[in-house]
Amino acid sequence: MSESALAQKHQEEVIILRPSRGWSALNLGDLWRYRELIFFLTWRDILVRYKQTVLGASWAIIQPLINMIVLSVIFGSFAKMSTAGIPRPIFTFAALLPWGLFSKALSDTGRSILANRSMITKIYFPRLIIPLSSVLGGVVDFGIQFVILILMMFYYSILPTPAVWLLPLFILLALITALGFGLWLSALNALYRDVGHILPVLTQLWLLISPVGYSAQDVVPTQWQLIYALNPMVGVVEGFRWALLGTPPPSTAMLVASTAISIGLLVTGMYYFRRMERIFADVV
Amino acid sequence: MSDIAIRVENLGKQYKIGAQIDRYRTLRDSIVAAARWPTRLLRGERAPEDNTIWALNGVSFEVRKGEVLGVIGRNGAGKSTLLKILARVTEPSSGFAEIHGRVGSLLEVGTGFHPELTGRENIALNGAILGMRRSEIERKFDEIVEFSGVEKFIDTPVKRYSSGMYLRLAFAVAAHLEPQILVVDEILAVGDAEFQRKCLGKMNDVAQEGRTVLFVSHNMSAILRLTRETIILEKGRLVLRAPSNQAVDYYLTAGFAQTGERHWQPDEIPANAAPFRTIALRVRNSQGQVVDTLRSTEPATLEIEYRLEAPIAGLRVGVYLMTGHGELIFTSFDTDDPERYEQLGVRAAGRYLSRVAIPADFLNEGRYMVGINASAFRVRSYFQDENALAFTVDASGAPGMQWLEPRLGLIRPRLEWQIDALPE
Repeated sequence: MSESALAQKHQEEVIILRPSRGWSALNLGDLWRYRELIFFLTWRDILVRYKQTVLGASWAIIQPLINMIVLSVIFGSFAKMSTAGIPRPIFTFAALLPWGLFSKALSDTGRSILANRSMITKIYFPRLIIPLSSVLGGVVDFGIQFVILILMMFYYSILPTPAVWLLPLFILLALITALGFGLWLSALNALYRDVGHILPVLTQLWLLISPVGYSAQDVVPTQWQLIYALNPMVGVVEGFRWALLGTPPPSTAMLVASTAISIGLLVTGMYYFRRMERIFADVV
Repeated sequence: MSDIAIRVENLGKQYKIGAQIDRYRTLRDSIVAAARWPTRLLRGERAPEDNTIWALNGVSFEVRKGEVLGVIGRNGAGKSTLLKILARVTEPSSGFAEIHGRVGSLLEVGTGFHPELTGRENIALNGAILGMRRSEIERKFDEIVEFSGVEKFIDTPVKRYSSGMYLRLAFAVAAHLEPQILVVDEILAVGDAEFQRKCLGKMNDVAQEGRTVLFVSHNMSAILRLTRETIILEKGRLVLRAPSNQAVDYYLTAGFAQTGERHWQPDEIPANAAPFRTIALRVRNSQGQVVDTLRSTEPATLEIEYRLEAPIAGLRVGVYLMTGHGELIFTSFDTDDPERYEQLGVRAAGRYLSRVAIPADFLNEGRYMVGINASAFRVRSYFQDENALAFTVDASGAPGMQWLEPRLGLIRPRLEWQIDALPE
């Protein structure tokens, strides 16, 4: 046997295909090998999103601005909730940023398996790639919106707090929550199309139970705040606003509760997804 | 060092078919079932029922390294299921397969192509989906573009491409994949003759390079050209493995009952064909008898009997006629006439017979294959079977029979000749 043949034999991978039962390992090594595909798919989603639109990427700004006006009117003019001394437009807009990132990531991820069914039924790649790339699709929009937020801070002469370095962590927390929950939803959506109908309702309700138009410390009684923070978006939104605008900080307990729930969702979501992915090609 | 590339042992795949009906026989059963419902729901399981079908059952074979193995069989024989398992798209339900080396699969060209993206962008994306690294794509980019022949439109969104350009580009990317094992399904069934020749040439190159290829096709001449050995699947089972010419002969003759008629059992019709249901295909001679052998000098009729469970808009039902080696002679649909197409619009539910007359003095002698297609253009393909029925044409009495030599050519028309003696 020649040396090159030996070398080739060492390189050669052997794949065994057999029916699997029960839970599967996450197989993150395989995921790493296909990492470029994650970015290609994200890149595709971003490129495609604003093609053949008149306003193009301005939609990334228009959507949250409209939401800001609606929420400001509802929670300010009608419900007259306080904003911890921050001008209401920027108070709401700063919360809508992480919220928008989350809700877009969640609904894209929840639909991702069905949306990419033509790929799933035709070719192998680690299926986790699809929800992973969907989660990242909103990051560019978020970046554009963030520039607007900075301009608004200039306009209202608000300086970021020293805790501003925590911002990326809150953004990460929003993405992890969206991914964890989205993994559950996308796998369930492959089996039951009902999920597609529930998703818009779910994100709308979730918006109302998250402190986007109001401040959690202001509205939720102290003894209920920990339970309230089991909604991971409470930690994300309150934390984001605190780090940037200096609203009252969320308590450590609240942050821990939000983070724990969101990581729990991610881990269970990944295992559930891995368990169900073996039948995706047969049911989508 | 083992020289086996693919080893398949007793491989099976079970699918659930038809409507899922939950029937609880007793109250106790219902309660138990209800209590277990949430966990079943999460697992995607349904109440146990017998409504299953083995798309692939107890299939075993080996492919040696560098071997090009053909796979043939009728629609629903399990070919695509086999490829999907080997391509790791779906899991087997029983048995196992062992694959030595990196697998590239071409179950369809253009997987992941996005109509809004340009040719350039789609090459990058499609390459990544097929498992190429970015550096690999960059290195091969020029070669891919050149092979596809769409240089001028490389920065145009592919939705503006003609279907031919789209296919050429898609195939060009796929053709530059360099896996050790290639699993290919029916890519040659599409595109014009020129493109098919190019694809075949590329496939030939791949085979020459010593890579292992598993090649599914309905195109018998492609099978004969590219493969040395072929396996035949029938109703999910492997019925024969033989040198390709023997396998093709078996498939075209012994594999088909010589009755001039084919009936479809409900389990032979894919579930996604609904509401179209194929009932039968028949070949009739000029006396209206169902026959296997036609005379080339007499007119004949091909008839498709089918049922529509629901009305279908823009339906066209038609036939492909191919030689025994898979060369397409013509395609014809029952609504080819624009006026009739307009007039029919929506075809109501009910039972139909679409008949087409084959004129006398048209086909040459030999064995022919009839395929069926029922579709609504650019909307949906309901039913397709390229190898639905075979029949023979006997050329007794045809022009030129006084010379005992095979007359070459697909058709054998009786043409008007004039012979004039010209003055010196």
